[in-house]
Amino acid sequence: MRVPMSWLRDYVDLPSDIASREVADRLTMAGLQVERVDVVGAGISGVVVAQVVAFEAVEGQKKPIRWVTLNDGSEERQVICGATNFDVGDVIAYARPPATLPGGFEITARKTYGHISDGMICSGRELGISDDHAGILVLPSDLTLGSDVVAALDLRDEVLDIAINPDRGYALSVRGVAREVATSYSLPFRDPADVEVPTADGSAYDVRILAPEGCSRYVARTLSGLRAGAASPSWMQRRLTMAGMRPISLMVDVTNYVMLATGQPLHAFDRAKLAGPIVVRWAAAGETLRTLDDVDRALDPTDLVIADDSGPIALAGVMGGAATEITDTTTDVVLEAASFDAVSVAYTARRHRLGSEASRRFERGVDNDLAAAAAQLALSLMAELGGGTSTDAATDVDRRPAAPTIVLDPELPGRIAGVPYPSTTVERRLADIGCSVTAAPGRLEVTPPSWRPDLKIPVDLVEEVIRLEGYDKLPSTIPKAPAGRGLTRPQRLRRMIGRTLAAAGYVEVLSAPFVDLDSARRLMVDASDPRVPSVRLANPVSEEEPYLRTTLLPGLLAALARNVGRGMVDVALFEAGPVFRARAEALPPPSLPAGQRPAAADLAALDNALPEQPGRIAGVLTGARVLAGWWGPARSASWADAIEGVRELAREVGVEVTVTADTHAPFHPGRCAALHVGSALLGHAGELHPRVTEAFGVPARTVGFEISSDVLIAAAPEVAPTPVVSAYPPATIDIAVVVDAAVPSAAVSDALRDGAGKLLEAIRLFDVYEGGQVGDGKKSLAFTLRLRAPDRTLTAEEAAGVRESAVAEAQRRVGAILR
Amino acid sequence: MSAPNDPYDPKEVAALSTDELAAAQRAALAAFEAATDLDQLAAAHSAHLGNKAPVALARRELGALPPQARADAGRRVNEVLTALTASYEAARTGLEAARDERVLIEEAVDVTLPWDMTPPGGRHPLTLVQERTSDVFVAMGWEVAEGPEVEAEWLNFDALNIPRSHSAREAQDTLWLDPPDGGVLLRTHTSPVQLRALLARGAPCYVVVPGRVYRQEALDATHSPVFHQLEGLAVDEGLTMADLRGTLDLFAESMFGAGVRTRLRPDHYPFTEPSADVDLLCWVCHGSSTEPGAEFCRTCRSEGWIEWGGSGMVHPVVLQSAGVDPDRYTGYAFGIGMERTLMSRHDLADIRDLVEGDVRVTTALGREA
Ligand SMILES: [Zn+2]
Repeated sequence: MRVPMSWLRDYVDLPSDIASREVADRLTMAGLQVERVDVVGAGISGVVVAQVVAFEAVEGQKKPIRWVTLNDGSEERQVICGATNFDVGDVIAYARPPATLPGGFEITARKTYGHISDGMICSGRELGISDDHAGILVLPSDLTLGSDVVAALDLRDEVLDIAINPDRGYALSVRGVAREVATSYSLPFRDPADVEVPTADGSAYDVRILAPEGCSRYVARTLSGLRAGAASPSWMQRRLTMAGMRPISLMVDVTNYVMLATGQPLHAFDRAKLAGPIVVRWAAAGETLRTLDDVDRALDPTDLVIADDSGPIALAGVMGGAATEITDTTTDVVLEAASFDAVSVAYTARRHRLGSEASRRFERGVDNDLAAAAAQLALSLMAELGGGTSTDAATDVDRRPAAPTIVLDPELPGRIAGVPYPSTTVERRLADIGCSVTAAPGRLEVTPPSWRPDLKIPVDLVEEVIRLEGYDKLPSTIPKAPAGRGLTRPQRLRRMIGRTLAAAGYVEVLSAPFVDLDSARRLMVDASDPRVPSVRLANPVSEEEPYLRTTLLPGLLAALARNVGRGMVDVALFEAGPVFRARAEALPPPSLPAGQRPAAADLAALDNALPEQPGRIAGVLTGARVLAGWWGPARSASWADAIEGVRELAREVGVEVTVTADTHAPFHPGRCAALHVGSALLGHAGELHPRVTEAFGVPARTVGFEISSDVLIAAAPEVAPTPVVSAYPPATIDIAVVVDAAVPSAAVSDALRDGAGKLLEAIRLFDVYEGGQVGDGKKSLAFTLRLRAPDRTLTAEEAAGVRESAVAEAQRRVGAILR
Repeated sequence: MSAPNDPYDPKEVAALSTDELAAAQRAALAAFEAATDLDQLAAAHSAHLGNKAPVALARRELGALPPQARADAGRRVNEVLTALTASYEAARTGLEAARDERVLIEEAVDVTLPWDMTPPGGRHPLTLVQERTSDVFVAMGWEVAEGPEVEAEWLNFDALNIPRSHSAREAQDTLWLDPPDGGVLLRTHTSPVQLRALLARGAPCYVVVPGRVYRQEALDATHSPVFHQLEGLAVDEGLTMADLRGTLDLFAESMFGAGVRTRLRPDHYPFTEPSADVDLLCWVCHGSSTEPGAEFCRTCRSEGWIEWGGSGMVHPVVLQSAGVDPDRYTGYAFGIGMERTLMSRHDLADIRDLVEGDVRVTTALGREA
């Protein structure tokens, strides 16, 4: 809502020394957020009133160009002008060099179209007072030639630009804002809607409300002898322009002006085009209406319409119909001022994508006591400005419910604020906003004013009292919360996992979870794989990515490609977060009322209506894992780094991971590991398939992992097993065995471990060798085993015995031969 | 060589003379002293204290002396031996220390050499700021609550007193799952977790909810369809708006330093009544840049205050939706934008820097504790 200060001052006698900025701050702290104070008419200098003495057309141009002689009150000047909407004798705004226009435009004499143009003739837009740029601004003829235009037109003004919250519909009017200013400064308020209205006798036009839930009041007045096409006076145009509306014609401008002044939207029908009584009703299925914007609209039975014998003629409170529109030939008008239901207007405006100044106001609630006064204001202005004659005939179908009474405990505002307010303060503040208050012992009976339909329950009144007393006056206290239990285990573990990966050189990424269906193909997953995106958005941010992710890898690979594209070639990234998978047996959520705790079964049904949202942790690496340096050459990130990444974070939370070879998209079939915790699948790691790296535009041999954080966290032991710490010396033995090259080292290691038995403290693979004496298709694996007994020093014989049984077990399981 | 049973060999007695012993001692001392490295000292040792050294020979001959003479000579030889050994040890200690010193000097390296074998990792600044903010409340005894990102419409809207007709539910604001009337959406705020926490815990309830939320918005310099909030909820007997203010003041101080407080400004949210916007006193200029003639403050644009979030007293309908009696309990809630907090702290102009995963941004900003 844009409120010119000059207009505001019509309704409140603000002392002239109060600056607009200060008014803005007061309003903001009272809940009307002033986003800007625009200064109008600033930055104009050297523009004077002048008269057109003569002009001639400049020949040979594509568009009409005039060479104009002006009288600026002291001498004649000549300028070039591209507009044609003026005649000899017209008074205009002349930018006389050196002049300045808003935006810092300097106007000097310059050569153009073969003449020296000594300045220019200004349009309304160039002076920042209207949107009109079709022609120049023609001024009233009674202005003194040579006088300063800014002073002559009283151009200087300031406009408050206020963001209006949905609960403050009354502030979508100068009247509502002025009332807040008056309250804030304790000044008297002059209500523009305080006008005499004729007694309604139903004689203006026959109106029937068939949908009282949608329309509580309908006032109709009539106007005859309309001079169609008449323009509104410049002061009105100027106010409309400053308020952000375009002047159109006297009829339209007056209805808009009254709406801005009071908040009551008005609509005018061409009386000659009406057939029979005006009826307010719900649309019937199959009905259509061509609206003012010339769009044919199929109506819904929840659309409230104004109809006559011909059918719907307007979408109530949203937009009029084309068939009854005021045109240049209109002479008689029926003026509508009505109270439409906020929810109904909101739905209709949205269904038809038809937001209007009227619907915006109805959605937020229009003062239902305004209709008669607003109609009267409009008719008076029309009559006064020569736009027609009105009569006292008035129709007012009034179905308004009685104003509600709210019973308020006078101590409640203080109890909620945390600072006591005397009952008299509460009463005074409620009276300030227009409530009528009756004090009874221990309670106040409060009737909110008609313009505050948002005040319904006691806490609504509490807010009014506290905000008017000032939020900034509230004390600052800290409540004593009961002792908390700190972070939960999963919360602590998730932090540990993040820290571990960061310490291991991974950089965390938080990517948007939107993907396309094709991402599954690029990841080479089967059509039956649960990683095929299955949760689709109805209105995605981008139609190119309408699904929610089922794996973190596409987001990570996109971030990786972005980093590589920016010249960061050695990159390790990780992300932790949910993925989304449609539930096979999903049912729509139950419809539940607000303000009532749902039954346990309904709550469970709500959760069951949601997709599965399991947690994942994933990482990707490319480039060097060890950089080249003075210590030696670089080492590229490999499948082994990816697997070790998982091992590292599992180790950090006390989980042991079993690694087995697997074939699993999107990994290289020969370089992919399945990772298990016990029998539970944790995830996969390895080198990405060459076709996957190509499809995602990341470097070849990019490696990565993706695991379930839920499985990992569930597997983390709450109490770590206590080791047996023996004080006896260890015996260390090395075992090198030869196996078929295809045998996984983990299988050999497991066999040795099991064969070694209880005396084994640790086993470590320290060498892998293929070729040479080992023989084709074979490999040699060398392990070092640390043995220790809890109760004695091991003898050489015991160590040899362990070696023997370890090798024997390896031979039995994987055919290992001691080297 | 003398035979064991040959008690006296006059030929050798001369070696035991005092003079010769003294001469041998002098020669040995001179040799030890003259040695400039451990090799020379070793040679001197073998010459003067070795098996073939005069003193050793003399000692070996002691047995051939008559008992009286043996004791006398033995004492003299031992004195010399002790003196020479001490002298040798002193020389050796000195030379060894010198050698060690030299080796340590020779082993000096360039300690300014880098050892940056692995490119550094780091956690996302948004993760860190969420942890840090959560910790402030955990320290006050609050707990961290969580909820799903894909949420039921009832929890995201209805139960929060957001009417069916509210524009926030529109497709231009909210990301709905298919089908569009299916009642399932990407949560538009962390507030549904208020409900989940209250439903699960009942009153009293003090929880903080960091989390990711979604809006139907295209990504540009100042908007992102995905962003992070921190929501706080306290429900108990007798909680007041003054408590809300105090909690926010404490939170602001813990995040931005002493003296940074908050300001409440009336606003409207369906789920709170009264409702307030939360402004933060500019932690850079502490409001001083609004004074006439003061230098322009980039952080608050010389407004003195920075918009931080929304807050208010929990609406009775919200409490009732969770089965909490609004006549007995009151509560307050607030929501703070994490991106805004972070961008403000680090003077970041473009939200995409936080979204795109550029390792340069994360490793630079993901270092705060
Ligand atoms: Zn500042």
